[in-house]
Amino acid sequence: MVRVNLLLLAVLVLCALSLVTSRHQARKLFVELEREQAKARAYDTEFGQLQLEQSTWAMPARIEKIAREQLRMQVPGPARIEVVPEGAPR
Amino acid sequence: MTGVSASLHRAAPMPALPRFRAPLVFGMLLLLFVALAGRSLYLQWIDNEFLQGQGISRYGRTIEVPAHRGRIVDRSGEPLAISTPMKSIWAFPGQVEMAPGQLAQLARALETTPAALTKKLEDGSDFVFLAKQIPPDVAERIATLKIKGIHDQNEYRRFYPAGETMSHIIGFTGDRDVGQEGIELTQQEWLGGKPGSRRVIINRRGEVVEDLEAIKAPQAGRDLALAIDTRLQYLAFRELKAAVDANKAKAGGLVILDVQSGEILALANWPTYNPNAHNRVARDRMRNRALTDVFEPGSTMKPFTIASALESGHVRPDTVIQTAPGTFNVGPNTIHDAHPNGALTVEQVIQKSSNVGAAKIALSLPSATMWQTLSDAGFGTPPNTGFPGEVAGRLRPAKTWKPIEQATMAYGHGLSVNLVQLARAYTVFASDGELKPATLLKGGGAVAGRPVVKPETAIAVRHMLELAVQPGGTAPKAQVRGYRVAGKTGTAHKLEGRGYTNKYVASFVGFAPVSNPRLIVAVMIDEPSAGAHFGGEVAAPVFSSVMGSALRTLGTPPDAPQDNVILPAESAPVREET
Repeated sequence: MVRVNLLLLAVLVLCALSLVTSRHQARKLFVELEREQAKARAYDTEFGQLQLEQSTWAMPARIEKIAREQLRMQVPGPARIEVVPEGAPR
Repeated sequence: MTGVSASLHRAAPMPALPRFRAPLVFGMLLLLFVALAGRSLYLQWIDNEFLQGQGISRYGRTIEVPAHRGRIVDRSGEPLAISTPMKSIWAFPGQVEMAPGQLAQLARALETTPAALTKKLEDGSDFVFLAKQIPPDVAERIATLKIKGIHDQNEYRRFYPAGETMSHIIGFTGDRDVGQEGIELTQQEWLGGKPGSRRVIINRRGEVVEDLEAIKAPQAGRDLALAIDTRLQYLAFRELKAAVDANKAKAGGLVILDVQSGEILALANWPTYNPNAHNRVARDRMRNRALTDVFEPGSTMKPFTIASALESGHVRPDTVIQTAPGTFNVGPNTIHDAHPNGALTVEQVIQKSSNVGAAKIALSLPSATMWQTLSDAGFGTPPNTGFPGEVAGRLRPAKTWKPIEQATMAYGHGLSVNLVQLARAYTVFASDGELKPATLLKGGGAVAGRPVVKPETAIAVRHMLELAVQPGGTAPKAQVRGYRVAGKTGTAHKLEGRGYTNKYVASFVGFAPVSNPRLIVAVMIDEPSAGAHFGGEVAAPVFSSVMGSALRTLGTPPDAPQDNVILPAESAPVREET
């Protein structure tokens, strides 16, 4: 009888300890999860800012200015346009 | 002796312990235990809630989970409005303690001077904002200074990369990221996020270690796709601005409409403002004139008069109308043509834009018939684009029309429209007689319209409108290289107070390519004052450049040779209508 009790006591202590460790593990993992989620949010924010930056760079007003002033591009005159009708042999 | 000794030895009888002592002590101990048990019962069962609350308040926190506002994008997904997190720095001046060195560092981080900062802190209020909406990294630097009494808070700031080119449509949000103008206002429900919250346990390092109860999930705002095409919008804005400048005009508006889907591909207004710095802008500049202001359309209304007469069988395109001698009396009033013509066919009435011709045709119609056509074409009812404050324009009930009013309405006076309404009405001629619903939101392609006139009528009017932009018409300057276009000029005296003034509204509405109409462009220039004031001189060239560039941008196949533009000789007299 005593033996059985001792055995049960040992099992109980083991269980208690494993509960403590798994609880600790769970908290550690949770903290890690939190950290990753915060990172995800930060990336999300950065993505928004990059999108903003990209669309600011890509604004037609800026593109046109560069095309006209730096690259000296212009719309070709009628004499320099040839219209290829749809389905015409090449 | 023994007796004595005996008496000495005889133990003095112990004073008897009072009988009640033991039970008393026992009872008191018992009482103490009872008190203890009672107290613990009290703490466990009765005061439990208060204590639990106290405990949680020491290690539990409620964290707000922010939900950001949805983006607004154009039809191809280009962002037009994005929210990004920012910080605001505030202080309780009474609690602020900092060393002079810290003050200097703080001032440097906030890009101000220590003196200005001190003044802000000493103006006597309990609470001051030191900086609003600054980038998070700057706020981080300030936080590392660890100054007592200075705090920060999270906020969102909305950015509009398209700036002034699109401010009237999109509008802007206020401090709390709530829409205040334009689409931001009408689509608040859709765009706005609902912040969530979590109850959590934190450890001594301030890290979250466990969720206490179910998370109230934040509801992020949804993205919204507009019908606007950023490229066309820029084009429209650039050309409109140039035209307003060149004509020294007060204001202007330009709308590009997709014929098949009724989507508004561009809507530009001048004057405008920068939505990224809208605080110092006069309300007047913020008005989306193309939707919230009305004007008398002038001759752009004539095609509807003609369509009504064709539809009801009162005239045919080749019916001859006598417009000589260029005046026409209706009761005591006289209607004038700017340039007297002789006998004109109905086609030529549109081509030459004869007021007398249009008035005569209108008077051959029952007023109810004409009213029905105008009303079916969307005049007098708001265009329902989903924009706040759009107006209906004025179209009075047919019963109240006097003959002179019916005659003047034939050429667009005595009724009023907004620019989007006018552009939309032209879908009747650009499609085969159907009025398409105009929308600012991206749709799924072609939509069915509401039939207004028979296809034959629409085609006949379309042909007349094509004549109007060719030499001999009123707007040869509206021609576009490589595309057949059709359209109508309008030049209206402005109504101020009780009478007409010598100020004008010049307009042009047209569509292209005529063989398979794709776009409608409507241009309105308010009070051109650099000499020219006719729609064919002021508005038609804007139409031409916008339409040409827009069709090329969209890759629409040309339906005319590249040398199709025939302008009359410079010396030829300008044949214009009023």
